[in-house]
Amino acid sequence: MKKDSKRDMNRRKFLKILGGGTLASTVALVGCDSKSQISGGNIHIGNVPTDKMTYRTEPKTGDKISLLGYGCMRWPRRSKTNASAEEDEIDQEAVNELVDYAIAHGINYFDTSPVYCKGMSEQATGIALSRYPRDKYFIATKMSNQSCRSREDSLTMYYNSFKELKVDYFDYYLVHSVGTFDVFKERYLDNGILDFMQKEREAGRIRNLGWSFHGQKEFFDYMMNEAGVKWDFVQIQMNYFDWETVLGRTNVSAKYLYDELTKRNIPAIIMEPLLGGRLANPNFKAQAMMRRADPDSSYASWAFRFTGSQPNVLTVLSGMTYMEHLQDNLLSFSPLQPLTDLDNKLLQHVTQTMLEFQNINCTGCQYCMPCPYGLDIPGLFAHYNQCLNEGNFPDNTKDENYREARRAFLIGFDRSVPKLRQANHCVGCKICMSKCPQYIRIPDEMVKIDKFVEQLKVNG
Amino acid sequence: MLRKIRITAATICFTLITLLFLDFTGTLHHWFGWLAKIQFLPTLLALNVGIVTALFVLTLVFGRIYCSVICPLGIFQDIISWVAGKWKKNRFAYSPAIYWLRYGVLALFIIAFIGGLGSLVALLEPYSAYGRIASNLFAAVYQWGNNVLAYFAERMDSYAFYSVDVWIKSAVTFSIAIATFMVFAILAWRNGRTYCNTICPVGTVLGFISKYSFFRPTIDIEKCNGCGLCSRNCKASCIDSKAHKIDYSRCITCMDCIGTCRRDAIKYVPRQKTQKTEQATEQHIPNLSNETGASRRDFLSVTALFTFSTVLKAQNKKVDGGLAFIKDKKVPNRATPITPAGSQSIRNLAQHCTACQLCISACPNQVLRPSNNLMTLMQPEMSYERGYCRPECTRCSNVCPTGAIRPITKADKSAIQIGHAVWIKKNCVVNTDGVNCGNCARHCPSGAIQMVPIDADILDSPKIPVINTERCIGCGACENLCPARPFSAIYVEGHERHRIV
Repeated sequence: MKKDSKRDMNRRKFLKILGGGTLASTVALVGCDSKSQISGGNIHIGNVPTDKMTYRTEPKTGDKISLLGYGCMRWPRRSKTNASAEEDEIDQEAVNELVDYAIAHGINYFDTSPVYCKGMSEQATGIALSRYPRDKYFIATKMSNQSCRSREDSLTMYYNSFKELKVDYFDYYLVHSVGTFDVFKERYLDNGILDFMQKEREAGRIRNLGWSFHGQKEFFDYMMNEAGVKWDFVQIQMNYFDWETVLGRTNVSAKYLYDELTKRNIPAIIMEPLLGGRLANPNFKAQAMMRRADPDSSYASWAFRFTGSQPNVLTVLSGMTYMEHLQDNLLSFSPLQPLTDLDNKLLQHVTQTMLEFQNINCTGCQYCMPCPYGLDIPGLFAHYNQCLNEGNFPDNTKDENYREARRAFLIGFDRSVPKLRQANHCVGCKICMSKCPQYIRIPDEMVKIDKFVEQLKVNG
Repeated sequence: MLRKIRITAATICFTLITLLFLDFTGTLHHWFGWLAKIQFLPTLLALNVGIVTALFVLTLVFGRIYCSVICPLGIFQDIISWVAGKWKKNRFAYSPAIYWLRYGVLALFIIAFIGGLGSLVALLEPYSAYGRIASNLFAAVYQWGNNVLAYFAERMDSYAFYSVDVWIKSAVTFSIAIATFMVFAILAWRNGRTYCNTICPVGTVLGFISKYSFFRPTIDIEKCNGCGLCSRNCKASCIDSKAHKIDYSRCITCMDCIGTCRRDAIKYVPRQKTQKTEQATEQHIPNLSNETGASRRDFLSVTALFTFSTVLKAQNKKVDGGLAFIKDKKVPNRATPITPAGSQSIRNLAQHCTACQLCISACPNQVLRPSNNLMTLMQPEMSYERGYCRPECTRCSNVCPTGAIRPITKADKSAIQIGHAVWIKKNCVVNTDGVNCGNCARHCPSGAIQMVPIDADILDSPKIPVINTERCIGCGACENLCPARPFSAIYVEGHERHRIV
């Protein structure tokens, strides 16, 4: 995930100086959010404070949850020794470092799932967290029985999560990514798993039971009103872009979901606050707007302040792969500087530009992968979006910079996605479509990208 | 001075011609593509009367300048010989011409040429031999270098360089290129221009003309003391210093002797003045020295190596890939090979092509590769495992110096049927995976593929491709993009003679 160029420069500088071993004095160089510094009062400028994290209180248990939660879906990876590039593993030392830094700076909520990172996330998270006393962190994991829906398989998954995470209770447990009644029925009702989960809650092995939503409004209403379960929390996708925008095949805005939860006094846990990193590196027009308003803040910090400013939000999850992401995000929440009306106006304008740019609404969650025909679906979308956002989109042969933009697009395309994994190899089997939580019509988008690339190649 | 001019001109020519084989972006061809088109045999095959005449006149006036300035293989030998000269000075000696071998090879060459034995022609032809060395050996080094630059460019967010695949396009041709390289390196290292003066058919033809050339290096008998320094520095072994005679059929006008002579006895002068000296020295002493024996042995080992390498029939190996779970495509068994648009017919290509590999080096889509068939050995043929013949590209037709692939435009190309697609039911993912696909139809540039329900009675049954062979041009988009691996479910059969849609 690429951040803005300024950040890149800083990161490089940062890494260079880090080599010198002067960590504390150099974090200043990492996309620092001056606002949080100022509001922090007498914090030494540039330091990521260890004691200024904003916390929210969970109404049922009274737990104090850090407003920034750690999403464990994007742990750093490294290639296995003596294996091909395809086979990689989680870089456990890097995970431990990130977790240590996060806990030292006040983060106490960790969200994982048995299927994240090719199924390796829970184990890595467990190894890192089990080095701390159990009351120092809250763990959330999920019933991710998307592909193994039988009762036996689901129970195996449930009990295995205890083993992997090395715990004897879950603080938060979720019905994972449901969006339509049919799927919900098959995964949780017919096999009796929902009843089982409620019993586990009574038994205290699940302290809070909730569900994560990607789907249709009707289903959300069903879960809220008719499912007959008292939900302790609900995990929804929310960010300033989704707040009032309804895209693709979904028919519900984040504002609606949030308001419904607030009405019922159910805390919201936020996922995709950065829209899979897209809000950390928005289009160039949006970048200019934000930099004009506040030259020192990272683009990501705007998105975090937006979601964090909503009072019914319990925690905002961010999948932080790199130390620099973690540090920048910590600054946005230590403490949180709520958005002003003026800031909100600006974000509305930013949203407008994003609609103009017609990005593909992919968050890079990898749920669609692996594609049986070898395509790198998120990689393709990321390259396409990035070129759109940087204004390097050669769609008119009469454009002044057509030739350079064409070259940049085609060469960049081959660099970011190997030829055999590009859009022209999509057969349109639609196997991916049911897996996409953003309801992107992946085969249609592939045809669109393919046609676009073909045009570029022909019009040299 | 003359020598310096020769070296400068040769260096420029050699560098540019080599770059023609290395530059995969095609920019250089735009400016210097003509350098390939003035090569003797290619231009003869292209029936370019103007250039052939010009080359004849050039030789008739200045001697075999062609061999020391224009011919890349000649200059390549000069470079090796020059390096060898650093180790051992004055290492050459005069040896009489081996007429039976020279004319024998020429006769064989002409017979092979007329008889349509393209592979033998290709083996003996100097420009093509160099082309094979450059495109098989030098190009790989060049591309690796490029890939290193591309690696850094990528990290600097620069688009100045992009990475390319380096792969052995044909093991047979690759082995022949290595053998050719070794043979020429050894011959040139030991005896300078042995090949040019005993085997090279172009050299023999030009030598025949240069016998009567207007300008020529001439020994002034009055000044010459017969020290033999010139003949010991003549890489063509054509100066008989004892007899004060130069064999002009073998002299490549390199001008080396002029500077070597301490008594200033050799001059590059017009013919009239030299009449006397020539008559005085017009006596031929045939003797079989050690050198000739050596060169014959060399020649025999050359042929031995060639025959050996053609026997080596290795399969196409892919170089790298890094993508573990996408199987590599395999070459289907084509009844008729596919030849590039512009080549008109398999026969036309076979008759005109000298297998210089220029088109193969220029192909940006990795479609062209050398043939492994004995009769068309090393000549280009097409296959679509790595890419397909893209509609916007006409590069091979524009670079071909021999007229084996005639120049065509994009519009011409879209109407030339070089082959037609054939569907193989058992490979199609509709049958094997039970999914809908239609990737072939989606990418057909001529709209020749229609998707129809597999069961005529059920409209929404999975759809299979139906090919309209009247519209198909054989570009291979369907074959290349077919998801079935390793053998595509749709592949192209070549046409013996290309047709116009």
